[in-house]
Amino acid sequence: MLKLRHTRGQTSELSTSSNEGYNVKALLSSYKIILFKYYFMNSELGIRIPRPLGQGPSRFIPEKEILQVGSEDAQMHALFADSFAALGRLDNITLVMVFHPQYLESFLKTQHYLLQMDGPLPLHYRHYIGIMAAARHQCSYLVNLHVNDFLHVGGDPKWLNGLENAPQKLQNLGELNKVLAHRPWLITKEHIEGLLKAEEHSWSLAELVHAVVLLTHYHSLASFTFGCGISPEIHCDGGHTFRPPSVSNYCICDITNGNHSVDEMPVNSAENVSVSDSFFEVEALMEKMRQLQECRDEEEASQEEMASRFEIEKRESMFVFSSDDEEVTPARAVSRHFEDTSYGYKDFSRHGMHVPTFRVQDYCWEDHGYSLVNRLYPDVGQLIDEKFHIAYNLTYNTMAMHKDVDTSMLRRAIWNYIHCMFGIRYDDYDYGEINQLLDRSFKVYIKTVVCTPEKVTKRMYDSFWRQFKHSEKVHVNLLLIEARMQAELLYALRAITRYMT
Amino acid sequence: MGKTRTTSGEGRERQRLPARRFRTTSPAALRADSVDGGSLLAPLLGLTDQAFSDCPDLADGAMEKMSRVTTALGGSVLTGRTMHCHLDAPANAISVCRDAAQVVVAGRSIFKIYAIEEEQFVEKLNLRVGRKPSLNLSCADVVWHQMDENLLATAATNGVVVTWNLGRPSRNKQDQLFTEHKRTVNKVCFHPTEAHVLLSGSQDGFMKCFDLRRKDSVSTFSGEATEAGPREWAMAGWVPVLPVLSCRILRLHHSFAHGPMQDAESTANDARESWGCPLYPLGLCSGPQAGQSESVRDVQFSIRDYFTFASTFENGNVQLWDIRRPDRCERMFTAHNGPVFCCDWHPEDRGWLATGGRDKMVKVWDMTTHRAKEMHCVQTIASVARVKWRPECRHHLATCSMMVDHNIYVWDVRRPFVPAAMFEEHRDVTTGIAWRHPHDPSFLLSGSKDSSLCQHLFRDASQPVERANPEGLCYGLFGDLAFAAKESLVAAESGRKPYTGDRRHPIFFKRKLDPAEPFAGLASSALSVFETEPGGGGMRWFVDTAERYALAGRPLAELCDHNAKVARELGRNQVAQTWTMLRIIYCSPGLVPTANLNHSVGKGGSCGLPLMNSFNLKDMAPGLGSETRLDRSKGDARSDTVLLDSSATLITNEDNEETEGSDVPADYLLGDVEGEEDELYLLDPEHAHPEDPECVLPQEAFPLRHEIVDTPPGPEHLQDKADSPHVSGSEADVASLAPVDSSFSLLSVSHALYDSRLPPDFFGVLVRDMLHFYAEQGDVQMAVSVLIVLGERVRKDIDEQTQEHWYTSYIDLLQRFRLWNVSNEVVKLSTSRAVSCLNQASTTLHVNCSHCKRPMSSRGWVCDRCHRCASMCAVCHHVVKGLFVWCQGCSHGGHLQHIMKWLEGSSHCPAGCGHLCEYS
Repeated sequence: MLKLRHTRGQTSELSTSSNEGYNVKALLSSYKIILFKYYFMNSELGIRIPRPLGQGPSRFIPEKEILQVGSEDAQMHALFADSFAALGRLDNITLVMVFHPQYLESFLKTQHYLLQMDGPLPLHYRHYIGIMAAARHQCSYLVNLHVNDFLHVGGDPKWLNGLENAPQKLQNLGELNKVLAHRPWLITKEHIEGLLKAEEHSWSLAELVHAVVLLTHYHSLASFTFGCGISPEIHCDGGHTFRPPSVSNYCICDITNGNHSVDEMPVNSAENVSVSDSFFEVEALMEKMRQLQECRDEEEASQEEMASRFEIEKRESMFVFSSDDEEVTPARAVSRHFEDTSYGYKDFSRHGMHVPTFRVQDYCWEDHGYSLVNRLYPDVGQLIDEKFHIAYNLTYNTMAMHKDVDTSMLRRAIWNYIHCMFGIRYDDYDYGEINQLLDRSFKVYIKTVVCTPEKVTKRMYDSFWRQFKHSEKVHVNLLLIEARMQAELLYALRAITRYMT
Repeated sequence: MGKTRTTSGEGRERQRLPARRFRTTSPAALRADSVDGGSLLAPLLGLTDQAFSDCPDLADGAMEKMSRVTTALGGSVLTGRTMHCHLDAPANAISVCRDAAQVVVAGRSIFKIYAIEEEQFVEKLNLRVGRKPSLNLSCADVVWHQMDENLLATAATNGVVVTWNLGRPSRNKQDQLFTEHKRTVNKVCFHPTEAHVLLSGSQDGFMKCFDLRRKDSVSTFSGEATEAGPREWAMAGWVPVLPVLSCRILRLHHSFAHGPMQDAESTANDARESWGCPLYPLGLCSGPQAGQSESVRDVQFSIRDYFTFASTFENGNVQLWDIRRPDRCERMFTAHNGPVFCCDWHPEDRGWLATGGRDKMVKVWDMTTHRAKEMHCVQTIASVARVKWRPECRHHLATCSMMVDHNIYVWDVRRPFVPAAMFEEHRDVTTGIAWRHPHDPSFLLSGSKDSSLCQHLFRDASQPVERANPEGLCYGLFGDLAFAAKESLVAAESGRKPYTGDRRHPIFFKRKLDPAEPFAGLASSALSVFETEPGGGGMRWFVDTAERYALAGRPLAELCDHNAKVARELGRNQVAQTWTMLRIIYCSPGLVPTANLNHSVGKGGSCGLPLMNSFNLKDMAPGLGSETRLDRSKGDARSDTVLLDSSATLITNEDNEETEGSDVPADYLLGDVEGEEDELYLLDPEHAHPEDPECVLPQEAFPLRHEIVDTPPGPEHLQDKADSPHVSGSEADVASLAPVDSSFSLLSVSHALYDSRLPPDFFGVLVRDMLHFYAEQGDVQMAVSVLIVLGERVRKDIDEQTQEHWYTSYIDLLQRFRLWNVSNEVVKLSTSRAVSCLNQASTTLHVNCSHCKRPMSSRGWVCDRCHRCASMCAVCHHVVKGLFVWCQGCSHGGHLQHIMKWLEGSSHCPAGCGHLCEYS
């Protein structure tokens, strides 16, 4: 389950890592030794040995930017240890998220609880639901991981041939999965009722909440996977190659993830071209923030204006779309069975149908969602709540090369922009701010990651906020996925609440 | 009004409205005081004394109103019925006018005033006017001034605070608009006695105090501000007034526009000084902008303390502020886990604050002490959205919830488990509650998301207590029995003796009746406690047995012998016999000297004939064992050591049937022993007894397969008296309670006796029945012990769940007796997964660094902060990662082994500190 990535020329670590009893590094190292032995032994025997493919946990972020296992500090180390203990692996998501250890801790805790601890759903159901959710976005990375887990906990391999092979109960969930992933605002209490009252195939409320939390978790995790260009794990399809090491990494025939994985040229060129531009970009952004901060009190927008700004932003968000028409090839066989490609994200309110705006002041996570989740699936409400809190409040008070910046305004703009795309409105927010703070390329990126993550390309990733650090871009991704998760949860939970009353 | 009010549920409500409330004593004097207070307040509001005295009419107006109220209460009576009316839209909040005749309802798209009439609500005024809906009208909260009938304030979801003046002639009653908050305003609150002071609390983490005569706020309080360190409540300028005095004064405070009553009191102290000193600069106090300040969920002016208000926060904190000091709060404490949605000051008890939070708790705090003290805590079933003290009922408060639960509850905080009353009218979440009149406890108004406005009458409330089952039964650890039942039941029963033959008697009998409790009569129970007789030895036998039994580690036969011996020594002959029989069944076939067995059986009594026969048969069998095995190929592995010949087999079958026919051994055991069923071949225990030693034979030469052989068997019948407490006290069980005197039967023994000549698969059933019998009798110790000792031999005959149940019960008992070692042994020996994982749980030991005293989080031996190894071994000077033993005298220590070794040779501390360490 571990990655071979670490086998490359890092044997020197072996000696340094042995002074602590319980130690990921040691585990990794010993694993390494085994692999090496295996490698040498078998290469003599003529057995094909898999080799890691790609360059580190993320295709977007150069490997050298990412923390190396072995160089982490104590806190991160503990996190790695926990993660390894819980999952039996250190996956690439963890390795990228560790840019923000505080968040990662909460994330792992939640995920562990959802997948492994007490809960209404049996273990293989949980992984299967994870597969269903990830497959909606053709996220083969997550699908692969969970196919393995699913089989590991004793799931029936037949189910993997498609949703129609799964029990009726899970099939019923398919519709909710679809709507939740792409157009959550269409969820009604009828959806819920349909699931809860299906005679012998019906879900219990607690199971449903568990399923909903899992679905939203994996939808947003799929966003993260694509948003940060997570590379396939070594043991999964597309994560390794049997080609001898001498062959260039560039020839990747079995890339399954839809995105072209190696694409280093644009990075450099983009950076070269736009260093000066992007410098001004940051400056300009900060200037705008300052202005907004100062004149917020002075120029009071009228009520009508405020209302219309939300509508404008909402409408505009529809047109924000990448012009890249890169065709996406669906990945591993498994995920193909779960797709219903005819159903995708449709812009909120584009199609004539008027969906009432969701007012946060009437149904918000803190007051309502939390209580409902915690009632039906104890402790999870608390965990998710913490996760939202950390994601929303996470800041290092830096922006690119600047220090001591109050980024709360920017973070709030991002968060609210995502909710705006889902038709969720904050009465007390001036949506004009979004336009000032988020430029077009950034909006394109956000929109793509949140709504159609499978279409994210490295170019998009590189083209927004060029001067910012990778860790900051990962930070943005965390905001995106949490905001998305909350939006989906809000719609789903509101429907459940309506059903219950 | 108290007298005339028609109260519901006689006896539930306390009619203790003191007459003196209506005595308006020397208004002139009070007025002087109030003006005095007003002048003191003036600087705060940025006004001159002049400005204040310029409006004497206020005071006059107040006097007028007061009298009106008085007449309203004293003369006419509040009347009405439980009723509701439909609103056009969901309500977010409601507030009642001072005259108790009007109520305002506010929500996202509704803002109306209704008159409360006798039979119905009548819409009086729609304040939502204007061409197009504005977010300013989308109300999160509304409040009606308690001094001025024309004044209302609303909090809008877009962060605007609006005041409304009903006195305005135009259709639009909107008065002022404050747009200072950046986020949704969650709460607005008028000062209870001051006409122009309005307080708001917002999502942006700020609270603002507005003077309605000015265009903007006079002061801003940041939720982030730190606590006013050393400055304590008592020194803050208002020395707590003696409760007696303040009570009297408060009775009148509603009637005065600006009378800081307490101040009249506290002027006696040095309060004035602090008032005179320059106040902190007004205006926006700049909180640190960078950090995220916590959202304010509720703000409430104290009713008793003129300058104090409380605010509650999303992070669970509650802060107390002095309105003159915007820079820092007077005190802060964490009240709840998660957001605190609401708070309410007690109308009478100074310093009592009720808070309700998302953690489903309502807590009552006493703020008069140095540290806020939690007085009461009510656990509800859903997050608490609103809490309101019930007028005139000191311990009552009403709550409604934010989600899921639609009912309104009225709790007696002293009785936090069952609501005193419950209103179930609403079909969706209740969002606002208000008592109709500050001195009338029977009318409650509520607004809800289901778009309805309700008036609830207390007498129509449903009372969950009535549906409660006030019976309870519980065993004490040492065999005491407590039994609570409805008094009526107990009274009826008192004539007869429920436990005939039981030597125990109630040691006390208590009626828990608090006459002060309004609903005492409804759900009170009489409690009886029965104690085991002191001579009975209590549960001593249980502890002894648990400690002395051997459960594993030796051959089965030895374990059985050992356990039998233990049981016998404790005087539990039946158990001893059982063990002996088990041994015979499972280990000794063929090896038991025939003579002995015969002998014992023969002595067993006249009824033992068939048994003898069977023994004889069996005894003949030894050599022929192999045949038997063939015969009974289905015979189970567990006891193929038993050798039987074919003739025995025949008999076996017969016996088998018999036994199955009477498959409830438990029945025989009790009392009916004599003569009920001859087939059972009862042995007279007294006779059987002496023979025991003979039965217990060395089981040498036997390859014993069970490693698991020691059992801590049975707790059971050491003493009958001791046993009986185990059994439930209900009458149905009386039979089993019946004292088993020394002539208790040895049924199980007899079973065992004839089992032993039976083929192996026969034992399973019997042993299983035996185990069930013991377990049902309350002797789960025996059941578990046998289960462990016999291990595989019987395990498959008993279903997993039952086993698990026994294990957990036994472990629970052991832990209650603090027999940790035994319980851990049992856990370890158990084969049930659910049980054996018990000792995998909570195995973390938290340690603090010995240098910096901080918790060591990542590793147990290195402190992250001071980068030192916390515990070094004084002998080997290495870090101790496991067991650390240290001397309590000099606090040096080290590896357990090292220290032990060291102290063998020296009595001084290995660290060289010269201390004479002792190791015991």
